[in-house]
Amino acid sequence: MNTQILIAILLLSPVVGFLLNGFRFRSTNYVSAGAIATGAVFISFICSVLLFVELVGLPAESRTIAVNYFQWIGVGKFTINAGFVVDQISSIMILIITGVGSLIHLFSIGYMHHDKGVTKYFAYLNLFIFNMLILVLGDSLLTMFVGWEGVGLCSYLLIGFWFSDSAKAAAGMKAFITNRVGDAAFIIGMFILFTTFGTLNIHDLNALAPTVADASWMGAVTLGTLMLFIGATGKSAQIPLYVWLPDAMAGPTPVSALIHAATMVTAGVYMIVRLNPIFIMAPNTMMVIASIGAATAVMAATIGLTQFDIKKVLAYSTVSQLGYMFLAVGVGAFGAGMFHLMTHAFFKALMFLGSGSVIHGMHEEQDIRKMGGLKKYMPITHFTFLIGWLAIIGMPPFAGFFSKDEILWQAYSSPRGHVLLWVAGALGAALTAFYMTRLMALTFWGESRVDKHVHPHESGSLMTIPLIVLAILSVIGGWVGIPHVIGETLGHIPNVWEHWLEPLIAKLPEAAHEGHSVAEEWALMGVSVSLASISALTAAVMYLKKGSDSPQKIATSLGPVYRAVYNKYYVDEFYFGTIINPLVKVSRQIWYYVDVNIIDKATYKISDLVKGAGSFVRTLQTGNMQQYALYIVIGVVITLSLVMMR
Amino acid sequence: MNGISFLTEITPNHYLVLSAVLFSIGLAGVLLRRNLIVLFMSIELMLNAVNISFVTFSKVHGRVDGQVMVFFVMTIAAAEAAVGLALAVSIFKRFKEVNIRFFEHLKG
Repeated sequence: MNTQILIAILLLSPVVGFLLNGFRFRSTNYVSAGAIATGAVFISFICSVLLFVELVGLPAESRTIAVNYFQWIGVGKFTINAGFVVDQISSIMILIITGVGSLIHLFSIGYMHHDKGVTKYFAYLNLFIFNMLILVLGDSLLTMFVGWEGVGLCSYLLIGFWFSDSAKAAAGMKAFITNRVGDAAFIIGMFILFTTFGTLNIHDLNALAPTVADASWMGAVTLGTLMLFIGATGKSAQIPLYVWLPDAMAGPTPVSALIHAATMVTAGVYMIVRLNPIFIMAPNTMMVIASIGAATAVMAATIGLTQFDIKKVLAYSTVSQLGYMFLAVGVGAFGAGMFHLMTHAFFKALMFLGSGSVIHGMHEEQDIRKMGGLKKYMPITHFTFLIGWLAIIGMPPFAGFFSKDEILWQAYSSPRGHVLLWVAGALGAALTAFYMTRLMALTFWGESRVDKHVHPHESGSLMTIPLIVLAILSVIGGWVGIPHVIGETLGHIPNVWEHWLEPLIAKLPEAAHEGHSVAEEWALMGVSVSLASISALTAAVMYLKKGSDSPQKIATSLGPVYRAVYNKYYVDEFYFGTIINPLVKVSRQIWYYVDVNIIDKATYKISDLVKGAGSFVRTLQTGNMQQYALYIVIGVVITLSLVMMR
Repeated sequence: MNGISFLTEITPNHYLVLSAVLFSIGLAGVLLRRNLIVLFMSIELMLNAVNISFVTFSKVHGRVDGQVMVFFVMTIAAAEAAVGLALAVSIFKRFKEVNIRFFEHLKG
């Protein structure tokens, strides 16, 4: 089929689903709403697969399908087309978005069937898919930004989906406003890049980037990329703008899986990978990205250690894993970043859906202290969650091992890497293993602490089938990117992933460090895997041993440190104290003194004046005809006397 | 103009004075009387006072257009009287009186 039509169907199918469900949003028929929405995304998925097949058929050096539907904006030199590009990077993204998206839609039918707003929910989900596709396919930064804002909107709508609960509505608002801060920086970044390069087309930008070194001031590129990265910290929940993501768990759990784990939050990583030739020109920006990524990975993991809400643990885990992706792109390992993006989409979507299945089976209970021993009630959920757990803590041969290991190796060995970055990454991996094992132990294993009147039950097949599919993907998803050292040992298994992305990933200008031996790579791999295993075992012992109170003991002995971590380092309080409250105070003063006292008063004064004048003039109009005649006479007399006196 | 000739000789001024006097009487009637019929009569008086002026100036200047104007004025006056009297009739039917103040009820 013609690719132009194919991409149009890919993009418009979710829109049609959105409109169909959106116009009948009062319906509570979850079967039809779910069927429409899931079908719409599934059609997109088929289109993605067809496009991918088409792409594979093209010769490696020209693997790009670009379509241009119309010119969207044309002002002088500044032209933006409604153009979309399917290439090696975006084809992976659309496969993840529509593939994982279809599964999550399917899961949602089971999860949301009791909800009154189910049709509205599916309409929002479809709208989200559409915007996400615009984001990844747009051929210019501005088109990307349209999707960027669109997914932000859908995220806001879906976090605040149960808006009658004011805390949930506030969480939605927090997400929206925090993202706004990042978006402002993103826009500034676009301005800077446009003034530097004179275009916003991604392909042109990437082509121009290497030439800028000897043509213009490098500060502009550093500043522009830094601004774009700040935009990414908003969308992808990195320090300092990560605070919205844990609160975003107020939304329905499939939304957390789709938007706040698998797709939207990875947009920042995707954007950087897309613009990698420019980011490479700005080593300082890359250093900032790597440091922030590593810091986020460790910090979020420590918070994850202390949380008791099953979704909050997963949320901090997501923040931490996104930190890994930024660490990867920061050291120039763009392929590894994309790789982790994909594997993370599989196993984190799996774990979120699994937690949704648990919450559903536990009748909306999210506190893991009130769970335990769910293994025997929910065998399928437990088994799939187990696979997700093995994947995220990086056990070979599950998906997470390959991507995380690739990132850690690159953090150590890349010319822009550093041993400290590797230490942070390995520490994060150990922490991840600990809190994930703790989550498993408290939720599924050990003794049951479930309330007597709660009867946990396994979810229906609509919910377990997506879990199973994602579990399979979490096992085999990593096999496309087997590192050379392992591939060589096992007999020349090629690293398909690296090979696939190669044409779009720019080479680092610095020469690679000499002397990184194969043994070193094996050693590092062994260290990180054994670290993770030890910390997972420790966690299992601590939380599973009968009558063990070591977690409490440790918590009490750490005292203020534990409290600080449990309260998320008081970052929210800090933001409220230093930014939000003063801002509100100042705004209130301005509102009172400027708006109420000056602007409002001025308008009231003017209206009083007009009213007073009007009520005086009104007395002249009495309805007495003879009085009118008198006015005419007086007028004539005055006019005539004026004429005659001249 | 001396006193004797004013009494003995009829000049255009006499007509103009007559016109002015009639106009003033009509005006006073319009402004002061409340009876609709009398009001119409006063308006007719004013119109005809103007007519006298027209004819006078027509005579003085030896041109006919002033007199032509008079015909127009008479036509208009007739039409206006017809409309006015119709109004008077309907007012009378409603209130059994033709006082001008009843027109106040037309105020929006």
